[in-house]
Amino acid sequence: MDIAVVTGSLDQYLGGLWLTTHLVTLSCAIGLAAAVPLAVARVSRNPVVHGPVAAYTWFFRGTPMLVQLLLIYYGLGQFQWMQAQWEAGNPFWLLFREPYFCALLAFALNTGAYTTEIIAGSMRNVPHGEIEAAKAVGMSRFVMLRRILLPSALRRAIPAYSNEVILMLQGSSIASAVTLVDITGAARNVYSKHFAPFEAFIFAGLIYMVLTFALVGLFKLAERRWLAHLESQRVTQAAH
Amino acid sequence: MFQGYLPTILGGAALTLQLALLSLLFALVAGLAGASAKLSKSAPLRWLATVYTTVVRGVPDLVMMLLVFYGGQMLVNQLTEYLDVGYFDLNPMVAGVLTIGFIFGAYFAETFRGAFLAVPAGQLEAGAAYGMTRWQVFVRILFPQMLRHALPGLGNNWLVLLKSTAIVSMIGLSDMTWLADQAGRTTREPFLFYLLVCALYLTMTTASSWLLGRLEKRYSVGVRTAEL
Repeated sequence: MDIAVVTGSLDQYLGGLWLTTHLVTLSCAIGLAAAVPLAVARVSRNPVVHGPVAAYTWFFRGTPMLVQLLLIYYGLGQFQWMQAQWEAGNPFWLLFREPYFCALLAFALNTGAYTTEIIAGSMRNVPHGEIEAAKAVGMSRFVMLRRILLPSALRRAIPAYSNEVILMLQGSSIASAVTLVDITGAARNVYSKHFAPFEAFIFAGLIYMVLTFALVGLFKLAERRWLAHLESQRVTQAAH
Repeated sequence: MFQGYLPTILGGAALTLQLALLSLLFALVAGLAGASAKLSKSAPLRWLATVYTTVVRGVPDLVMMLLVFYGGQMLVNQLTEYLDVGYFDLNPMVAGVLTIGFIFGAYFAETFRGAFLAVPAGQLEAGAAYGMTRWQVFVRILFPQMLRHALPGLGNNWLVLLKSTAIVSMIGLSDMTWLADQAGRTTREPFLFYLLVCALYLTMTTASSWLLGRLEKRYSVGVRTAEL
């Protein structure tokens, strides 16, 4: 082990850490924002409403995120109208040539699909009594959704969602497949420069572990804050 | 439509499936070992199993795979030099199976641990009371009942495992993702070929989900469920 390999490349790892952090944060934020309305549509009884959402989650949960990323970044260039837009300098379509934008889009679409199903599952599990009580006091469907169903479902979704965020952090390591220098990309550069696989990749692994533990800690705090009312229930369940 | 590349990609799909099944086998063995270690009376074994599952949970599969592939190659090189034998290439397939099996072994260990604990202690005591040996209790009573509790977790992890095989293309295994990349470059139709790979993965994951649903039903025969 040659520690100098790592200490000499700290700036690269720091750059990678910064890229991984904002890529994951942004994609999770976009995915979560999209997932809430999509989950409401997913639990709808109307097939025209829940059908398209089910198709979206089926596709993005059934295929690897790496292939989704490659499909967006390398795939879209196949189409002539896309190439024509690029040549014309259309600023919107030019985004699809940016590896950062493509990774953000692929990650957000992917985590959006998983999060939609997590929240939808959580909405289906809201106790009947809460919904009946809301109806009994004469709330409209929308008011019930906003005041009762969503707050209750989102709280209960926190444990499953924490897993999803951790998986996104780990999954983001494929960003290096589209030339982005995230933590894994930095490690790959350090490896090819010094031919030191152990130093390069173990250090990257350590950074990811620290990030993972930080996320686990943050979500523990969130659970303590928003799931405190279920704590006694959980304790009795664990005792059984 | 696929300019003659369809058989090649389908061959890649077979390789992907083979990689996934071999990894699954390795992961099941590692998972059972991990769960036994977690439930063992020996503190060092429990500690080792905890380190195993914690490290795997904290490190991305790609990073671990790159470490095994490039680091493993370096170790192999040093070994062959030391033994003065010819050059030996570490196969991406071997690296893939080892890494994916190792990673999912940790997830399976958690699943199996929970499933073992879900079998009521009275069942095991009854077995012992009949004069069964520890091994007989395990094979006849603990394992079959544990499987019902483990199946949903195993199923979910299998679906994740199946999809994680795609990253092996990044260390050069000619699986369907890698072949689609090559075909896409040659024909200048990358979208078409990546979409084909998506369709193949969807077929595998959808078929798996259906099969797992049936298995779960089969292993839950005789378990009462409440009607909603």
